[in-house]
Amino acid sequence: MKKKNRILITGNEACGEGAIQAGCRFYAGYPITPQNELTSYMSKRMDEVGGVFIQAESELAAVSMVFGASCTGRRAITTSSSPGISLKQEGISYLAGCELPAVIVNIMRGGPGLGNIAPSQADYFQATKGGGHGDYRIIVLAPSSCQEMFDFTYRAFDLADKYRTPVMILGDGMLGQMMEPVAIKHGRRTPDDGRRAKPWALTGARDRKRNIVRSFFIGEGALEEHNRKLQKKFREIQKAETGSENYKTKNSDIIIIAYGSMARLAKSCVDRLKNKLNIGLMRPITLWPFPYKAIKSLDTGKTRFLTVEMSAGQMVEDVRLAVGDDKRVHFFGRTGGGIPDEEEIIKKVLALNRKL
Amino acid sequence: MTDAATHYCAGCGHGILHRVVCEVIDELGIKEKTIAVAPVGCAVIAYDYWAFDTAEAAHGRTPAVATGIKRTLPEKIVFTYQGDGDLAAIGTAEIIHAANRGENITVIFVNNGVYGMTGGQMAPTTLLKQKTQTTLCGRDNRRDGNPLKISEMIAILDGARYVERTSMHNPGHVLKTKKAIKKAFEIQLKNEGFSMVEVLTTCPTYWALSPVAACKRIEQEVVKAYPLGVLKE
Repeated sequence: MKKKNRILITGNEACGEGAIQAGCRFYAGYPITPQNELTSYMSKRMDEVGGVFIQAESELAAVSMVFGASCTGRRAITTSSSPGISLKQEGISYLAGCELPAVIVNIMRGGPGLGNIAPSQADYFQATKGGGHGDYRIIVLAPSSCQEMFDFTYRAFDLADKYRTPVMILGDGMLGQMMEPVAIKHGRRTPDDGRRAKPWALTGARDRKRNIVRSFFIGEGALEEHNRKLQKKFREIQKAETGSENYKTKNSDIIIIAYGSMARLAKSCVDRLKNKLNIGLMRPITLWPFPYKAIKSLDTGKTRFLTVEMSAGQMVEDVRLAVGDDKRVHFFGRTGGGIPDEEEIIKKVLALNRKL
Repeated sequence: MTDAATHYCAGCGHGILHRVVCEVIDELGIKEKTIAVAPVGCAVIAYDYWAFDTAEAAHGRTPAVATGIKRTLPEKIVFTYQGDGDLAAIGTAEIIHAANRGENITVIFVNNGVYGMTGGQMAPTTLLKQKTQTTLCGRDNRRDGNPLKISEMIAILDGARYVERTSMHNPGHVLKTKKAIKKAFEIQLKNEGFSMVEVLTTCPTYWALSPVAACKRIEQEVVKAYPLGVLKE
C-alpha cells in the first residue's frame, strides 16, 4: 500500500470505517466512553452511505436492534465499552443461540462496576469464556494497531457470516483513542451482498416456506441436539480460525505473551532486550479460539513465559493451560486502568532471567 | 395459520387472537411480506402457528428487534405480539422508545393481567386485590404498586400514531378487536408510524375461573380499570 493512500484516524474511527467498507449498513449504539468517537463516526458515515444509524435507549435495545437487522440478513454492528458490554451479554447469548451473525466491539475500560475510563484488558474472561448464559463461544479478535482496528473489523463480518456467529473485536481505550495512519481497503461489498446467500434470513415468506429465528427448543432432546450442532461449529472454528503472531521467538529462552495494545509495548521491550537476552514475543490474534498449540510449539520444555496484561491475570490462565507447567508461566499486570510501562516489564524480565 | 394444534389452555385468549391477527393479514394480502416478532411468555412459540416469517426476541426487547427488522426492510410489514410482562414490565423502555421514535411497526399488546408461562405471578397490569402466585392476599398498592396503564402512557407520545384498547370477552368485541388490528396494519401500510392495539384477554387458568366466568370478569371488572376505546388517533 502506498503511503499516500493512508489517512490519519483514531482506532475507533478505523473500526467504524472497517465496518462500512465491509458492507455493514446498520449501526445501533449507546454513548459510553472511551468509544464515543466510534458512535459519532457511524452517525455521520451511515447517513453518507444510506445505512441505518440508531442511538438506542439502552445497550440492551442496541444489541437487540442489531439482532433484528441480522435476522433480515444485513450486516450489523454495535459497539460499546466494558459496563455497556456487560448489558449486551443478554443479546450476545441470543445471537449465539439463534446463530445470527453480528459484530460487537468492546473498547475496554477499567472495572469492575463503573470503574473508570482508562484503558484495560479486564474483560478477557467475559469475552472468551462465554459472557452470557448458556454453552456458547464467540470469535474474539484482538487488534493491536489502528490499522488492525480497520482490518480486523472488516474481517469480522466475513467470519460472522461464514459461521453464523457473533464476532467480538476486543480493543481498549488506548487503541480506540490513539491516532495512526491507516490504509483503507475500499469496499468490495454492497449492502445487499450476502443476503442472497442467507436462505435462513427473514425477508417475507414469498415463494418459500416461512423462516423462523429461534433459540427456544422445548421438545425433549431438541435443545441438546441444537447444542451439539453449536459445539460442532465451535470445533470447526477452533480448527480453522485460530491465529497468532510470533516475533523473534526463534531460540528464545523467555517468551512474552501479550495481546492488543500490550503486545505493542511488549514488542518494544523485546527490541530493547534482544542484544542481552534470547527473548521473543508471541501475540494471540484470536483470543477465542485461543492459540494453545502455537504456544506449545514454542516451548522447549525449559522456556519461561511472561504474560503481560492490563488485568489482574486473565489470559495467563490460558497460557498455563497451553504450557502445562505453572512454574514456568509468569505474570505481570496492572489493573484499574493502570498501564504498564516498558521499564516495569523489562525489570520483570530481567528478574526472571536471573532465576534461569 | 398453520394446521398445528395450539398449546394454549382452555378459554385462553391467545388462540382466538392469533386467528384474528392472521385473518387481518390474509384480508390485507400481506402474508408474504409480513415479519413478526414473538415475545417471551405463553406466546413464545406463536411461530408454530403462524405461516409467515417470525423472529424470537429476548424478554421485552421485542420492539427493539422489530425496529432492527423494519429499519433494514422498510417495505415489509413488521409487528410484535407481546404480553403484559414482556411489554409493560421488563420491556417498558423498549416499547416507550419505539413508540417515541415513531417506528413504523404494529404492536399487538395482550393484556391478561398475569404471567402465564411462569405460573401466574403478578403482572404490572394485575388489578388491585387480584390474587396471584406473588400476591397471595391480593395486590396491595403499598407493597406491589398500581396497575400500569401503559397504553395511556404511550398515547401521549408524539411518536404514537394510533393506540386503541379493545377486549376479547364476547364475539362483538372480538370483531371490534379485529377492526382495530386491521386499522393498525393499514396505518403501517400507509407509512404513518407507530400503531398499537391493547387487547384485554382471559387467563382462566391463573384467574382460577371457568372460561365463561373469566369473560364475565373482563366485562364486570377489568374494563373498569382499563377502559376500552381509541386512546390516540
